Amino acid sequence: MPDTILVIVEQQQGKLNRVSWETIAAAQAIAADTGWAVEAAVAGHNIAAAAVEVAGKKLRKVHAVDAPQLDRYTPDAFAAALQQLIAAKQPKLVLLPHTYQVRDFAPKLATRLGRCVISDCTGYKHDAAKLLFTRQMFQGKFSADVGFGSDGPWMATFQNGAFRGDQAEPGTAAAPVESFAVTFDAAARNQPEDWFKEAKQAVDLTQAEIIVSVGRGIKEQKNIELAQQLATALGGEIAASRPICDNGWLPMDRQIGSSGQTVSPKLYLALGISGAIQHIVGMKGARAVVAINKDSEAPIFEIADVAVVGNLFDIVPPLIEEIKKAKAGS
Amino acid sequence: MKILVCMKQVPQKDAPLKLNESGQWIREGVSYEVNEPDAYALEEALRQKEKHGGEVVAITSGPARAQQVLREALAKGADRAIHLEDDAFVALDALNTARAIAAAIKDEQFDLIFTGLQSDDYGFAQTGVVLAELLGWPHATIIMHLEKSETGIRVKRELEAGFFQYVNMPLPAVLTIQSGINKLRYATLIGIKQAKNKPLRKVALAEVQSALTPNLQKIERLYVPQKTKKTETLEGSPSDIAKKLVDKLRNELHVL
Repeated sequence: MPDTILVIVEQQQGKLNRVSWETIAAAQAIAADTGWAVEAAVAGHNIAAAAVEVAGKKLRKVHAVDAPQLDRYTPDAFAAALQQLIAAKQPKLVLLPHTYQVRDFAPKLATRLGRCVISDCTGYKHDAAKLLFTRQMFQGKFSADVGFGSDGPWMATFQNGAFRGDQAEPGTAAAPVESFAVTFDAAARNQPEDWFKEAKQAVDLTQAEIIVSVGRGIKEQKNIELAQQLATALGGEIAASRPICDNGWLPMDRQIGSSGQTVSPKLYLALGISGAIQHIVGMKGARAVVAINKDSEAPIFEIADVAVVGNLFDIVPPLIEEIKKAKAGS
Repeated sequence: MKILVCMKQVPQKDAPLKLNESGQWIREGVSYEVNEPDAYALEEALRQKEKHGGEVVAITSGPARAQQVLREALAKGADRAIHLEDDAFVALDALNTARAIAAAIKDEQFDLIFTGLQSDDYGFAQTGVVLAELLGWPHATIIMHLEKSETGIRVKRELEAGFFQYVNMPLPAVLTIQSGINKLRYATLIGIKQAKNKPLRKVALAEVQSALTPNLQKIERLYVPQKTKKTETLEGSPSDIAKKLVDKLRNELHVL
């Protein structure tokens, strides 16, 4: 039998997380290079429909790990259940989407298995029979190719957007769904309450066509006004990277990134944003990215269509004037 | 409450980084600072101590230069510090770093251990969770609020897409703290002065070596990311750049 790649997909109340499809696509790509087989696992309670949905993809089988203890996520129950599944099935490689939930339990699961997780990967490389996972380091300033130093099961998580979910290949027939029974030695120690949102979001940046976004390079709260003037001149919305919202210079609901909103405007104008991974995942779907930053090595330039290396305080004022002139003339 | 705060020294955000000879790590000799989420973790520990009493202990692993992180923590109000001091600690993976910390505190009894949610250098986002598992403690990640409850603590976890969730959990526990959970304080002059007399315990690599194994993940190569996008760089005086950019916005991107 060939080695197996096990994809642990994520669902909430029966609804599959989008990044799960991307992780299946990643597993299928690795399988095409290595000749390994791909299986998937769904963990939760009342997940039959979700398992059937996953089984529509080209997979050898789908494991349904269904238990009332898995209804509301806890790290104890998920680590216990998945440890049993992995111990029984002995996959060579376990792939997971790099979601907040996976971040919460995957290192615990790996430690229990005496293994490690290569986390937040953006791709993989397979040459000379060696499998390496690519991840960003130093806030995206460098990439690293990382390999495993032990036997399997190996574990890796893929970043949101690393692969295309719509490229997860469907199967010619539905993959068989097998249930996998798990037992729990003890009740989970964490007792989670319901999910909730803070005050209603005042602004839905996902609908904005033009976004002017500010980062640390804006330096002081009073300079936000300059960015706001640019946003107003362009007829767009103002947004920010996390540190700006942490400082209270703009409200949290204007934050772009993994903990904020994910946007795909026609124009994303980044002012003084270095481009840490957590920010990039929230805006890399933008049709055009214009970045102004004084640091020519800022990672934001990796994904910029138009780059301006310079001091934003020199460039933005004449830019506002030119935009006003252009609009007045049209 | 007795709280341990795990803190890391990382290159300053705007430090120009260069690859070393081996192409597996960066060159030393840049400016360093406290990993940002760790600063929030320390602040939260100090606030909890001010509310409930107890002790705050800061721990770091790294070369001699990393002591600066502990000096800052002591100046802000931590009671004492532990320094796992050796260049080799920089190269440990998350599992080994957690093992080293667990070994260094084996004779201590903490109620809580805080870490920042991830580091700016490796970005594993794992050490706190692994440490909890090694200690047999529960954990919760990406914490935005913390209060004592009758049976332990109640914490607010940040979830994706603007959602949050409260979780009740027993003590002792490990929490990974999100940036922005509080407002950071500055060290006072008197704090800086007092810090000089606070205890700082150094732990050598040899003392924890038996807890470590070869890394389970290895960086084969570190490199500047290949560009996947074609970028056009605009140059000239600010007013030239402004004109060129407006031309692009209007005629190529069609947003004006």
